[in-house]
Amino acid sequence: MSILSLHNVSLRYDPDGEPVLEDVTLDLARGDFISVIGRSGSGKTSLLNLAAGFLPPSSGRVLINSRPVTGPGPDRAVVFQDDALYPWQTVVENVALPLKLAGVAPAERLQTARRLLDSVGLGEHGQRRIWQLSGGQRQRIGIARALAARPEFLLMDEPLGALDAMTREMMHGLILKLWNDSRAGTLLITHSVEEALFLSTRVVVLAPFPGRIVLNEPFDFGRRFLSGENPRVLKSDPAFIAARERLVTAIHDEETV
Amino acid sequence: MADTTLQLEARRPADAVVAPGLSWGRFIGVATILGLLLLWALASALAWTSPVFLPSPARVWDALVRAATIGYANATLVEHMAASLWRVGAALGCTLAVGVPVGLLIATSRIGRGILDPLVEFIRPLPPLAYLPLIIIWCGIGEPSKVLVISIAMLAPIVISTVSGVRAAGESQIRAARSFGATRGQLLREVMLPAALPSIFTGLRIALGAGWTTLVAAELVAATRGLGYMIQSAAQFLVTDMVIAGILMISALATVSEFFLRWIERRFLPWIGKQ
Repeated sequence: MSILSLHNVSLRYDPDGEPVLEDVTLDLARGDFISVIGRSGSGKTSLLNLAAGFLPPSSGRVLINSRPVTGPGPDRAVVFQDDALYPWQTVVENVALPLKLAGVAPAERLQTARRLLDSVGLGEHGQRRIWQLSGGQRQRIGIARALAARPEFLLMDEPLGALDAMTREMMHGLILKLWNDSRAGTLLITHSVEEALFLSTRVVVLAPFPGRIVLNEPFDFGRRFLSGENPRVLKSDPAFIAARERLVTAIHDEETV
Repeated sequence: MADTTLQLEARRPADAVVAPGLSWGRFIGVATILGLLLLWALASALAWTSPVFLPSPARVWDALVRAATIGYANATLVEHMAASLWRVGAALGCTLAVGVPVGLLIATSRIGRGILDPLVEFIRPLPPLAYLPLIIIWCGIGEPSKVLVISIAMLAPIVISTVSGVRAAGESQIRAARSFGATRGQLLREVMLPAALPSIFTGLRIALGAGWTTLVAAELVAATRGLGYMIQSAAQFLVTDMVIAGILMISALATVSEFFLRWIERRFLPWIGKQ
């Protein structure tokens, strides 16, 4: 069982300044879907950057299966807020990039990339260029590219932040389906409470100044959706509404301090 | 019948909005050139200055035809043009082979920047005529010296545009490749170099301009062919029409090479300006 864990992690950008994150402990196992939510300044993205290995922690440890993380790697694929796709490549080449970097032969990697494009509903757009596609399509390519690395963990930094409400809802179903198929331990940074609740097996609320965990609770709405329940019914379930209020309170509680 | 007519009528204004803008701009361009030619013809026809200073357009045309058919200064016009084009082309090849890797090193390595950046900054403002004697002392009066002089003039634009191009690669574009396990070399090849290409192309166009500018200086010494050499030979005997003919030919070659680069850009780098 693969586990990506943060042990008592603190992060300071400035050695003398306020910590961005303080004493954060979090375990992400294969099959988990953890959403991290919090106001701006709560260190959500810094948390993801630590897990991805883009930043070293100032204190504490980031571990994969008890081995310390020393940098980014294909076992932890990242989906970026600004899709981070390459305009000089076609759509299918973008998706095939992780395989190219791993030394997979051209024919094989293009075949895999096409299959992944099919799985995000963009099978017919392989030869197009990035700038010819909409924001939602580009994020789906970003997710397909991340999955091409066959990661144990999928780290998503507000991938749906720039999308309109209808596209987001459609993406929720797709993300859950892909997560269920790949079983990659998923960390999602978001600022939508509903999104976090609907998708996650666990929601973590960060409070700002310094960033710290103030709530860490399991949920099963995503699993219920996957087993066939109607998303609209789920989202108007009293349990869903109560949980939403609890999370909103946790997020905004600190504001009055 | 009536319907068809109406539709045609309705469409015309929409076209009319676009078309005049284009042809108007082109019209102004053509009119400016024709106006200058007219002024030139007028100035020589009315003998405002001596033909030694300003020969008539017709005489310049004659000089062009003469150079093209009989030849001037030991070679025909085509041979002069070929010699110059070869020098600028060879210099461009050398500069790209050196300048792009140097730019990549400056942009990606602290040690590389420490060593190379001051060198490039030292070379950048030097006028070609200042280092020409030194190049001749070091490399002789042969063809390599001429190519080298032009290359040095082209180097800085290529290096600087490569550096700024690499820095234009998005932080998350670089992080994405790293998170998929890219090695340093892969990162350079798959992300930084392609991201820098639009900027390198802009540098290339500036460098080519600098190359043509330096051509005459490069052909100052011991050349037997080349447009710069042709111009200088003509100048020594005050054959002003041939001087102007040579200038027009350099300008024509520079324009053609600029259009060629633009064509390559459109054909092979369609993502320029797209995000």
